[in-house]
Amino acid sequence: MVRINLTVDGAKVADDVEPRMLLVHYLREKLGKTGTVVGCDTSNCGACTVHLDGTSVKSCNVLAVQADGGEVTTIEGLSQNGELHPVQEAFRECHGLQCGYCTPGMIMQSVDLLKENPQPSEEEIRLGLEGNLCRCTGYHNIVKAVQHAAGQGAQA
Amino acid sequence: MTATEARPEATAPEREIGKDRRRKEDQRLITGRTRWTDNIVLPGMLHLAMVRSPFAHARITSIDTTEAKQSPNVVDVVSGQDLAETQGVLINAWPITPDQKTPTHLPVAIDRVAFAGEIVAVVVARSAAEARDAAELVDVEYDELPAALDLKEAAADTVLAHPDLGTNKSAYWVFDSAEAGTGGAVDEAIARARESGGIVLEREYRQQRLIPAFMEPRSTVVDPTGEQLTVWSATQIPHILRFALAATTGIPESKLRVIAPDVGGGFGGKLQTTPEEWITVALARRTGKPVKYTETRSESLMAGHHGRDQWQKLTLAADADGSVTGLKVELLADLGAYVSLVGGGVPVLGAFMFNAIYKFPAYHFAVQTVLTNKTWTDAYRGAGRPEATFAIERLMDELAAEVGVDPLEIREKNWIKHEEFPFTTVAGLEYDSGNYELATARAKELFGYDELRAEQRRRRESGDPVQLGIGVSTFTEMCGLAPSRVLGQLDYGAGGWEHASVRMLATGKVEVVTGASAHGQGHETAFSQIVADRLGVPFEDVEVLHGDTQIAHKGLDTYGSRSLVVGGEALVKATDKVVEKAKVVAAHMLEASADDLEFTGGRFAVRGTDQGVAIQDVAGAVFAAHDLPDGMEPSLDSDATYDPVNFNYPHGTHLCAMEVDTETGALRMRKYACVDDIGNVINPLIVSGQVHGGLVQGIAQALWEEAVYDDSGTLVSGSFVDYLLPTSADTISFEVDHTTTPSLTNTLGTKGVGEAGTIASTPAVVNAVVDAVRHLGIHDIRMPCTPERVWRAIQDAGSGGEPTTGAAAPHFDASTGMDGTVDRTAGGAQ
Repeated sequence: MVRINLTVDGAKVADDVEPRMLLVHYLREKLGKTGTVVGCDTSNCGACTVHLDGTSVKSCNVLAVQADGGEVTTIEGLSQNGELHPVQEAFRECHGLQCGYCTPGMIMQSVDLLKENPQPSEEEIRLGLEGNLCRCTGYHNIVKAVQHAAGQGAQA
Repeated sequence: MTATEARPEATAPEREIGKDRRRKEDQRLITGRTRWTDNIVLPGMLHLAMVRSPFAHARITSIDTTEAKQSPNVVDVVSGQDLAETQGVLINAWPITPDQKTPTHLPVAIDRVAFAGEIVAVVVARSAAEARDAAELVDVEYDELPAALDLKEAAADTVLAHPDLGTNKSAYWVFDSAEAGTGGAVDEAIARARESGGIVLEREYRQQRLIPAFMEPRSTVVDPTGEQLTVWSATQIPHILRFALAATTGIPESKLRVIAPDVGGGFGGKLQTTPEEWITVALARRTGKPVKYTETRSESLMAGHHGRDQWQKLTLAADADGSVTGLKVELLADLGAYVSLVGGGVPVLGAFMFNAIYKFPAYHFAVQTVLTNKTWTDAYRGAGRPEATFAIERLMDELAAEVGVDPLEIREKNWIKHEEFPFTTVAGLEYDSGNYELATARAKELFGYDELRAEQRRRRESGDPVQLGIGVSTFTEMCGLAPSRVLGQLDYGAGGWEHASVRMLATGKVEVVTGASAHGQGHETAFSQIVADRLGVPFEDVEVLHGDTQIAHKGLDTYGSRSLVVGGEALVKATDKVVEKAKVVAAHMLEASADDLEFTGGRFAVRGTDQGVAIQDVAGAVFAAHDLPDGMEPSLDSDATYDPVNFNYPHGTHLCAMEVDTETGALRMRKYACVDDIGNVINPLIVSGQVHGGLVQGIAQALWEEAVYDDSGTLVSGSFVDYLLPTSADTISFEVDHTTTPSLTNTLGTKGVGEAGTIASTPAVVNAVVDAVRHLGIHDIRMPCTPERVWRAIQDAGSGGEPTTGAAAPHFDASTGMDGTVDRTAGGAQ
């Protein structure tokens, strides 16, 4: 077991974890942050995407011990003071989700994408979300949602 | 009743149906406050890991669990033998013929495994990680047996998937229009075309094996604490699951509560009763503790059911002008290792759709279902109908090429004209409504058909290395499964009705209970719109409850584009009963005759006066029950169970433009436009989402996805690295529009939409790819149309691309020496 200390969605947490424990399992099983989900076992689907120190990561591809001392934001910490983040709002406004399973990862990746490129073209959005799979929407309305959020001046 | 004073005067709300309401479901989904089955944690909960066979076909000679049992925090390790008395059995609900061969399907195999991924032992431990660690320590010895893998070889019984059955042939199901009295004899039509200078096209198409690949891996939690056994499962079918568990495990149905909490997609892939569910139930009972099993993605791809997997042999006869005179269809359908819940019913669902929107005078359909040592197959979005639509829409393009006319012209020559509805088809279905001319005209406009054809000609003439192809698909489907009587005639084991309850609460809020079980479709929103309109209450005041057999005690769940057209109709009927009951009370409250009342905008008003009462106030009065009409039961709550009288038949025209680089085989989708007629639309935003998502699944079959096995029966596309789900970077934005011909078979005039995009798009894309290179002598490219296959087809131009071995087709004319890959028209080969 290894002791880790980190900040998750604004709260300081400390735990003893197995060195092999993935960040996503730490979030779900130790902290009950079940908004972040697991969709595959090969880091292809991106459903588990969170922000680690301000940058999007696939939390199945990071060990919990690697997040030691870091700051993690999950989908559950994205809205502030009861206000939805503009990207969350845009996904609802543009029907950018159906079953919603890929949505936490898709939103976290979209926030990161817009932080780096506040006015992306459709192609830049499509390339920027390439690492996040969705089986329901055909991506059409996800792209629209990101465009909508960009139009609202959404940034991280 | 004083409650009225606290409530603002009800104003007639604007009409909800047809509004693009944002979804009620989304708030929790975009903030991560979701209840996926895997999120559920219960006190003392144990976790399962499965030990799965690496062999496609093998006898189990020994299972040593000693070391696994000594692993930390392991509670139990069991084999099939240990569970033999308690595990139950998995059912096939649709034996398509009385003599169907159906191998026994045990949740945990006991003596023999029949596909790679079948479960042979189960570890129970205090954490999922410890269970998986210990699963590695279970030592299973196998005697490998020869495996039946290739569908055609399996159909010839060279190697048996289940030696004790003596054959791989499970069932042979036939529809013949001459026999059914719905049309002529197809062999006569084919002979006549041959003799009289007509056209006979023979083709063989491959429907590759696909994987539904819903995003949420399947998960089951079973809690045996308390009087009832509570089962949470990531399923499309909580009600069917409850019935099947009770029927096969001996647990009384009344002692089972099944809950489908938030379910992350299904697409038919969660229309299944699974070994993993049965095992979790068995282990919860065995340990007396709550138990959870969540599959990994690799397990999901390997052992969740697959879809499609057919060979289609097709003979189409036509007059020289392209008027079709007959269609003969012979299918081989791969069931995989077991006959699953719907099983051979999937190709049978396609049997009624090969004639599509056309007026064919003669039709013959036959399917041979075949057992192999691969993952079992079942429904995948469209289930039987995409396969049928692909075959006929590919053939119509081939016929157009043969006659030398535009593919839309050949379709128009053969399709049912709008003034000919209702129309009884050669497959015996009555299409109630439709307007193919209108949808096609609108689609051409949206697509810019003439301009793109002109560009295609220019590229042809200039010898541009990048050629443009235009693909057409004018589809229809039968959806809204299903009239119970029809299901009975087809030997399906259940009905096709749906149930709904509407409850008026004392505060004027409304609870709606539906037996449909959503997993991303937006029922909570669309159903709220219907009820809000019908009761005249605010959209926000309607709460839709579903997916828990203790709340929605009756239902037949969600699949086959049935929720709105069957479940929605049940809802309408229950809501109307509420209004009828409320009317009696309103008349009493207003001291008027019920005959003098009209109900609009949520208010009962006395005609010709300003007297009236809101339905919420009636609900309050009924709750108090202080002053009701004599003999009146103090309740407005109403139930309805609706059994549809007919299917409904959405249709549409889909047009796809593909650019093909003839030097490299690279493909680029240039444009995709579709106009679907799905009748009246409840929520245009939700409909657009269903269409977009459906399109991409169908496009993915055309271009990317295939479940591939190696020679030993191992699934080599067993992860998302190898199974090519499209990404945002692979796809484009679509042009989507609608024409509206209301369905005449339900009150709301709606038709199904969930499967439409998937059914229509696959042939549109392949037709476009073939159209781009047809001038090079190519008339088929097998799916998925990868750049390599396209490139090889071009290199090998003239042979029809990758050779197909159609010589075995029984209805092909062997005397000509043709093998099904070459056109044969009157006067010999072209």
